[in-house]
Amino acid sequence: MPFITLEGVEKSFGAVRALNGVDLEIAPGECVGIVGHNGAGKSTLMSVLAGGLAPDGGRLRVDGAAQALSPGRAKALGIRCVFQELSLCPNLTVAENTRILHPSVRRFGWRRRAGRLILDRLDEIFPGHGITPSDLVADLSIGRRQMVEIARAFTETAERARLVILDEPTSSLDATTAGQLLAHVRRAVAGGMSCVLISHILGEILTASDRIVVMRDGAVVRAADAAAWDRAGLVATMGGVAGETERAARRLDTEQRPVRVRLAGGGGIELVAREGEIVGLAGLAGHGQTALLLAAFAAEGQRAAFVAGDRQSDGVFPEWSIAQNIGVRSMAGPLISTRRERAVADTWRTRIGIRTGDVADSILTLSGGNQQKALFARALASDAEIVLMDDPMRGVDYGTKLEVYGLIAEEARQGRTFLWYTTEAEELQNCDRAYVFRDGAIVAHLAGDEMTEERVIHSSFAADH
Amino acid sequence: MTQANKAGRILRTLLPTLSLALVMAGIAYLNPRAISYFGFTLMLNLAVPIALATMAQMFVIAGNDLDLSIGPFVGFVCCVAATLLRTSPALGSLVLLGGVGVYVALGALIHLRNLPSIVVTLGMSFVWQGMAILVLPAPGGRAPDWLQALMRIKPPLVPFPVVAAVLIAFCGYVGLMRTSYGAVLRGAGGNPAALRRAGWSLLRVKMTLFGLCGALGVLAGLALVGITTSGDANIGNGYTLLSIAGVILGGGEFVGGRVSPTGAVIGALTLAMAASPLLTFMRIPPDWQVAANGVILITVLAARVLISRRREAM
Amino acid sequence: MRRLLAGRPWVWSFAAAAAVWLAAIGYTGGTGAGGMLTAALSLAAFTVIVGIGQMFVITLGPGNVDLSLPANIGLSSAIAMTVMNGSDSRVALGLLAAVAAGLGVGLANYGLIRALRIPPIIATLSASFIIQSIDISYGRGLQIKPPDGFARVVGWQFAGVPLLAVGTVAFAALAAVVLHRTVFGRSVLAIGQNMRAAHLAGLRVERVRLATYALCGGLGGLDGALLAGYFRGANVDLGNEYLLSSIAVVVIGGTSVAGGRANVAGVWGGALFLVLLLTMLNTFGVSAGVRLLLTGLIIVGVVTAAGGPKAA
Repeated sequence: MPFITLEGVEKSFGAVRALNGVDLEIAPGECVGIVGHNGAGKSTLMSVLAGGLAPDGGRLRVDGAAQALSPGRAKALGIRCVFQELSLCPNLTVAENTRILHPSVRRFGWRRRAGRLILDRLDEIFPGHGITPSDLVADLSIGRRQMVEIARAFTETAERARLVILDEPTSSLDATTAGQLLAHVRRAVAGGMSCVLISHILGEILTASDRIVVMRDGAVVRAADAAAWDRAGLVATMGGVAGETERAARRLDTEQRPVRVRLAGGGGIELVAREGEIVGLAGLAGHGQTALLLAAFAAEGQRAAFVAGDRQSDGVFPEWSIAQNIGVRSMAGPLISTRRERAVADTWRTRIGIRTGDVADSILTLSGGNQQKALFARALASDAEIVLMDDPMRGVDYGTKLEVYGLIAEEARQGRTFLWYTTEAEELQNCDRAYVFRDGAIVAHLAGDEMTEERVIHSSFAADH
Repeated sequence: MTQANKAGRILRTLLPTLSLALVMAGIAYLNPRAISYFGFTLMLNLAVPIALATMAQMFVIAGNDLDLSIGPFVGFVCCVAATLLRTSPALGSLVLLGGVGVYVALGALIHLRNLPSIVVTLGMSFVWQGMAILVLPAPGGRAPDWLQALMRIKPPLVPFPVVAAVLIAFCGYVGLMRTSYGAVLRGAGGNPAALRRAGWSLLRVKMTLFGLCGALGVLAGLALVGITTSGDANIGNGYTLLSIAGVILGGGEFVGGRVSPTGAVIGALTLAMAASPLLTFMRIPPDWQVAANGVILITVLAARVLISRRREAM
Repeated sequence: MRRLLAGRPWVWSFAAAAAVWLAAIGYTGGTGAGGMLTAALSLAAFTVIVGIGQMFVITLGPGNVDLSLPANIGLSSAIAMTVMNGSDSRVALGLLAAVAAGLGVGLANYGLIRALRIPPIIATLSASFIIQSIDISYGRGLQIKPPDGFARVVGWQFAGVPLLAVGTVAFAALAAVVLHRTVFGRSVLAIGQNMRAAHLAGLRVERVRLATYALCGGLGGLDGALLAGYFRGANVDLGNEYLLSSIAVVVIGGTSVAGGRANVAGVWGGALFLVLLLTMLNTFGVSAGVRLLLTGLIIVGVVTAAGGPKAA
C-alpha cells in the first residue's frame, strides 16, 4: 500500500498553471527522485505535499485516506520538508530551532533535550560537522545551516518522520557533505522511511533514488526505476537540450589583451582577468570566492556588474516588474523612459529566454530559474565591462544553464570580462582559466586541460603541515 | 566566523552595562552623595515604571512591530487607577483588564489584516489619550492606598527600584529567553515563514506579544500612579520614546527578533538616571535640558558603536 | 467598485475625505461648505509638503522615519521670520534661509544615522531634542511678524481655491515624477525593497539616503516658513501636530511602511481626510477627549479596511 498517493492534483496561480494533473505514488521505504526544468512544478508539488498549499483540484491520499493538508496536519502525518529557502530562525540557537519543529519538547529541561535530539542526528548524518546545539544560527555558514536544517528534518520525538522531502538539499554543501547526506538517505530508506529528492545534480539523483520521476509543464511525464534511466535519457525527457556540444574547453590566446581586473589573492597568487576572458573561481563553497567578488565590485565601481546567487537577499526587487528589475542597473537621467525600459527588457527576454508573457508583470510571477535569468539580463544589459557572478546557477535547471552558458560565451567574444564563482566543477569547462580557493586565499591557478574536477578537488584539499 | 561573532555578541551584551556604569560614574563624579541608598532610591524613582514600559515595548519589538501608543496607554492606566480603581475596585480592575484585552485584539487585528503596527498604534495613541481625558479631564484623583504603599517599600540594603528592576529583568529573561514558548515568540520575529511551516499559529504569537505589552503597560501605569499618587492624562506621553530608546540601548534591534530583556531593563535604568538626575547635577540651564536628553542618547549609542568598531578592528 | 479600491488604496483616502466632508456639511445643513473646503485645502497643503518628504524617507525601508520634523518646523519658522524681518524684499532670502536650515537638519540626521550607526528613529528623535533647545533659546521672545506681502500670498485664494493648495498640487505632481521616473526616485524605491540588492545593482545607496534625509529636512524648513506666514508668526510648537500627521497621511495614502512602495496622490488624499475629519468633529462640537478618541478609531478603522500588503 503506497504511503502517499496524488491523483490528478492541480494548482494554478492566477493564469499560471503550476500543476496540471499530477499523478504520483510514494511507497514506504523508497526514495523518489524528481527532476524537471524550472517551471515544471516541482517546488509547487512539494508545497502541496508539505501542506503549505491547498490544491485546486485532484486528491491527496495518505495511507489510502483522502486528506486536506495544512502544515500542522502534514507534520502530524509524518511529512517533513526541507525547502530551498531555509526555514531556520537566525536569531535562535540550533537547539531552539529544533524545538520549533517539535512542540512536544517543552517543560523543564527542554533545551537539553532539543540539543540532544539535533546533535545525535547531526552526528549520524554528517560526522565531523563541528556544530554545537548552542550555536546561534546567524553565526553559522550557509553550508552549516543547510546541514542543521536537513538533520532537523530527520529528528523524531512523538511524531515519526515517515516522509522527508529534500528540495535541492546539496546546493550549499560541498562534495563530501553531499555524499554523507545521500548515504544517509539510502540508510533511512532502507529502514522504511520514504524520501523525495529534488536535485539538479543528475548524478545525485541517479545514485540515490529508487525511482525517478520526470516532470514537465506541471505534470509527470515519465516515472521509472532508477536503473532504467541514464543522464542523457533524463535530460531528453525533461525537454532540455541533450547535447554536450558547448563543452569543448575554451582555448584562447589572451596574453596580449589589456588587464581589466587585478586583485591580491591572499595567498601570494594574484588574480588577473583580461578583456574578453571568462575566469572561474573554484574550490569548496564558502572559501573566499564571494568575498573576492565583492572586493572586485568595490574596487571597480561602475565598471562592474554583479549577478547574485542568492536571489532573495541579493538580487530581486519584489515590488517591481520584470522590466524594472532588468533595467535597474542601466538607469540614466534625467527622466527614465518606461517605453525604452520595456523594449530593452523585451530584447533580453528573447535573447536569454525568459519564460513570461509580459515583461510588465511582477518579477515574482517568474519561476526561480527565470528570475535568475532576469538578474543576468540586468547585468548584461548594463554597460559594465566586468561581470561578477556569485554562483548564480545554484538550483537552476539544466536547460537554463546551457542557454546562459551560450550567452556568456558570446558576450565574452564581444569583449566582456567575466569573473565566475561556481560550486560545480564542470561549469569550469566554460572558463578560460580558473583560480582555486582554499581558506580564503587563492591556492591554485588552472588553465585549459588542467581545469578538471580532480585538479580542483586536489587543490581544495592540498594538505598543509 | 563563529568565534568572532560570539565575541562581538558578548561585547554587545556588555555595552548596556557599560553605558549604565558610565552614567553612574558621571553622577558619582558630580555629586558623590547621590551614590547612596537614599540617593539611588530618589534617582531611580521613576525607573520602575520606565522599566516596565520598556519591557512592554520589548515584547512588541521582538515581533518586528512597534508600539507608539504605550505612553498614552500608561497615562490612561494612571487615570483609571486614580479614579475608578479607588472608588470601585472591581470596575476599575475590569477596565484595566479590558485594556489588556484591547491590546490582544490589536495583535490579532494586525496579524489578520497584515497591518503596519506603526500606524495602528499611532491611531491607538489618540484613542488612549482621548479615553484618559474622558476619565480624568483635569489632573487629580488619588491612587489607591495599597499602590502607594507598595511603591514606598524600603527593603534593607538595596533600594526598592533596584530590587524591582532585578525582578522585572529576571521575569523577562526567564519568560522570553528560557521557556520553550519564548523561543517560539522570538522565532516568529526572526523567520515567521519558518514558524508557519512548522505549524505554529502566528496569530497566537502576535496576540501573546501584544497581550504581554498591554499587561506590562498596565503594571507600568500602576507603578507610576503609585509614585505620583495622583493621575494626569498627559503623564505617560514621554514613555513611548523612552521605552523604544530603552530597548535599543539594551542591545535590541527593530527587526529580526533580537532583543535582550536584561539589556532592556539596564537601558531603562540608564535613561532614568540620565534623563533627570545627571542633568540636574550638571547644572544645565532649563533651555538646554531638552537638548541634553538628545545628547546623552547620542553619546551612549555612539559609545556602543565605537566600542564595537574597535573590537572588530582588533 | 471593490476592484477599483483594492489595487489603489489611495482612492480610499479621497473617498473617506469626501465622506467626512459630506458628514460635516450635512450637520450644518450645507452652510459653510465652501469655506470648510478652502480652509481644509490650505491646512492639508501644509501636511502634504512635509508628508511627501516623510514619504520619501519612509520608502527607504523599515525603520526609516524622520521624527525631527516638528522641531525642524519650529526652528525654521523662527529663522524665516528673523531673516525676513518684516520686509517683503527679504522674503526670498528668508525662505532660502529656512530651507537651508531644514537641509542642515536633514544632513545632521543622516550624519547621526550613518557615522554613528544609530537607528533613524532614535537619531531623528535625539536630533529633535537638540533642535528644540536651539529653537527655544534662539527664538526666546521672538515677536517678529511675517512681511505683509508674504502673509497675503500664503493666504491668497481665488474662487475659494488657495494658491498654496494649487502650488502644492503641482509640487506633488513633480514629486511623483521624481519618484517614478528619475534615478533618484527609483533608487529610493529599490533601497526600500532590498538595500543589499540595490547596492549590488550599482546604486549609490548612501548617497541616495543622504539626499532623501536632506530633502525631507529641506521640505520641513520650507513648511516652517510657510506656516509662519499663514499663522502670522513663528512658534516653537508650530510643528507639533505634524509629527503624527506626516506619518499618518503617508500610510493612509497607500505608501508601504516596510518601504519600497510609495504613493504620492495618496498623501493628498490622506491629508484632506485628516483635516476634514478634524473639521467634522469640530463642527459636531465634540469635546477634546471624544475628538481624540474618534480620530484614533477612524485612523485605525481606515487602515484596517485598506488592509496591508498581501502576504508573500
